[in-house]
Formats: sequence, C-alpha cells, structure tokens
Amino acid sequence: MDAQFAIAGKDFAISVTDKTAASSIVKLKHNEDKTYALTPQTLMSVSGEPGDTSNFSEYIQGNVRLYGIRNMQELTPSETANFIRGELAGALRSRRPYQVNILVIGYDGKGGEGSVYWIDYLAGMAKVPYAAHGYCAYFVYSVLDREYSPDITLEQGLDLIKQCFVALKMRFLIQFSDYTVKVVDKNGLREIKVEDL
Amino acid sequence: MARRYDSRTTIFSPEGRLYQVEYAMEAISHAGTVIGILSKDGIVLVAERQATSPLLEQSIGSEKIYEMNDNVVAGVAGLTADANILINQSRLIAQRYLLKYDSPIPVEQLVRRLCDLKQGYTQFGGLRPFGVSFLCAGWDSASGFQLYQSDPAGNYSSWKAACIGENSGNAQSILKQEYKDDGSSASVAGAAAATGSSMTMEDALRLACLVLSKTIDTAKLTSEKLEFATLTLKAGKPHIHVYAPAEIDQVLAEHASAIKPTDS
Repeated sequence: MDAQFAIAGKDFAISVTDKTAASSIVKLKHNEDKTYALTPQTLMSVSGEPGDTSNFSEYIQGNVRLYGIRNMQELTPSETANFIRGELAGALRSRRPYQVNILVIGYDGKGGEGSVYWIDYLAGMAKVPYAAHGYCAYFVYSVLDREYSPDITLEQGLDLIKQCFVALKMRFLIQFSDYTVKVVDKNGLREIKVEDL
Repeated sequence: MARRYDSRTTIFSPEGRLYQVEYAMEAISHAGTVIGILSKDGIVLVAERQATSPLLEQSIGSEKIYEMNDNVVAGVAGLTADANILINQSRLIAQRYLLKYDSPIPVEQLVRRLCDLKQGYTQFGGLRPFGVSFLCAGWDSASGFQLYQSDPAGNYSSWKAACIGENSGNAQSILKQEYKDDGSSASVAGAAAATGSSMTMEDALRLACLVLSKTIDTAKLTSEKLEFATLTLKAGKPHIHVYAPAEIDQVLAEHASAIKPTDS
C-alpha cells in the first residue's frame, strides 16, 4: 500500500516515499520517514512487512557504516546495492526471510553519475533509470514511461515527481497526505518538502 | 641461549623478543630478491629465482610471481610452500569480496586481510609463522597504483619502490638513490592514477635491471633466473602482464647499458 518510487538523472537521483505507517485499514502515523541514509551519497527506501523493514534497514545501515569506518572509504552506490541484494538473498534461504522491497538511489562521485537500483523481496535486482514498488507502480510507471528521458535536469526531475503525484491523486484509491522527497547529487543528500517542489 | 624460547611462537624471551618470528624474517633475507617499482603509469615487479638447473622444466611457469586478483599481482620471497597457502587464501578473499560487492577488492584491504592471517600465526595456531614476505602491486579506482610490502610478523607498509629478499638492504639504497620522484605524496585518494612518481614504465624497467645487476651475484642476467611482471591500465582497467622468457631476454637486451655499465 506504500508509495515508493525513484528516478535517476545524469548527475542526481530522487527518491520518493509516502509518510504513512498503517496497520490493516488503520493509519497509525502520518510522518514516517521510510528512507535510510547509508553513506553520504547513498540512500535506500524500504516498504513491506513493518517489522522487517526497520530490522533489515538498520542492519544494512550499520554494516555499511562499519565498512566505512574499517576501511576509511565508503562503499559506492553500486557496491552498496550489491551488498544489500546479497544479504537479502542470504536471508531468503534462511528460516526467517525479510519481506522488504527496496530502492537504492545514489550518486557516484567518481563517475559523477546518479543511479537507481530496484531490489524486491526475492532479492532480484536491476539497475534502472526509474523504478517503483507496489500498487503505486501501476500509476507512476505510465507517467514515467511517457515523460522520462535520460538527460533530464534536477528541475525537470522534480517536475516529473509532481506529475506522478497528480496521477496518484487522480487514480489511486488510497490518498497520501504527504511524501518524503530526497535528492542525492554532488552536494550530498537533502530532503525537499512537497510544498517546495 | 635462545633455545628455551624457541619452540613456541607464542612465548616472548626475557628481552621481549619472539625468536621464531625473527628467524622467519631471517629466512626471507636469504631468499631470492624481489623488487617492485612504482611508475606514473604502472608498476614493475621483478623476482630472482634461486638454484635453477638446466634439467628443470620451464613449463611450470612462474614460481615467484603470482596473480592474486585481476587488479593485484604479488612477488614472493621466502618459503614457496608457505606462500602457496597465502596466495590461495588471498585469491579466495578477493573472490569473496567480488561476490559480495561486485567490484574488485581495494588493494590495501587484500593486503591487510593477508597480514591479519600472518599475524595470527605469531600468536597462536601452529608451531611457526609463515616464512613469507610479499611485494603486492595493485591498482584500485580509489587509490590508483599501490605497492605494499609485508613481513612474517604481519606488518605491511606502502612504498614507491621496495625490495625484499637477499641483498635487500643494498638494493633499497640503490633504489633510494636512483628513484625519481616529483615530490608529491603518493596515491592520494581520488587521484586515480597519480603515483607521485615522475618515472615512466621504461624508466622503471631500466631501474629494475640496474638494481638486479648490482645485487644478484651472477655473471650474466638471463630469463632462466628472473621473472618479470607489470601492472598497467588498459582502457581504464588493470592489466597484469607476466613476461614470457623471451620477453625477459628482450627487456634485458634493451637495458643492457644499465646492466653492469662499469664492467665494460
């Protein structure tokens, strides 16, 4: 039921998640941040089974941080995504798999490239220009398929996000009151309020 | 005198020394020389084979220089049998890293993991430490070309030019004299290929030949007694080249003027 999508531009990437924490038909919270900063230039958003999401994300966050401290060098977005996929695949074949869907966005300072990695709960992974999970994918993909181009600027990217919001508002049975919009680029990670889009 | 503290590696002598570790280092100072030289566009690794015989089959290939990973090549001084264990481990470590992160292991991490293993045997485990020193030449995208030296105690250090094995003190002083440096500190993070050296690969090969000729006790340098390897970048990817005997002879001929220039 979550809204979770992301797009990558040439030198930036944007992550969008809704802010609702729900149990069955009850809204528990309307200001939940479903993203986790992993390195100064990598962010992951999570949806799925509520306990698993925070459990798995904190585990990943801790281990990626540990790598940075041990080696005095942070993992790149691609290395981070591969690490997450590996951990998820390992857990999948254990007695307690995590039911989490993940999007990793990152900016690789070396190549100067923005990237989005789509990872689902079966530990499938794909590097894609834009991605979405869950029901919201039905609405968001149609907008992105038509409007996305690989050389969009950050402004155009944010405008594209707004168009996705319009589609969700118009067609989706569930209405989201607010979203977490986060951007990574050469300046690092920052949040943009929906009002300021 | 020292015998009471010899039989186990885990026991300090009253003077605070670990004799077995020191003996291991001594073993290395009798081993064939290995020289590594950093240049601005690559690394040269040269190793001396001791005790060759015309009856020995050459087809086995290299016995002192080994590829550890696509981006790391190492020269070995010490017990070859011990080295084989460590080489095997390092290849395993490198492949595990590749499986986990889908990117080649940073050179220092591989060297560190290997040295952790070596250190372990100075504290517990078997009866003796590994009698092996390595010169690891590697490249990674974060730190560029790097050259590491390691000893049986598990210490490692980064060098612009280094030598291990027999006559290494001598060779080191020649390297210090002849190495051309542009003064900047080597391989700062972010500088992909900058090594701080002003030498080209040709200069490095020439210097290697010069050092070899002055440290190896032989009438003539030939491919029978030597192994050469280089690590360079080809289209942004590390490329390891282990020289064939014919190529070694060619390099020696090209740099004949550097070899024993005073003799003629």
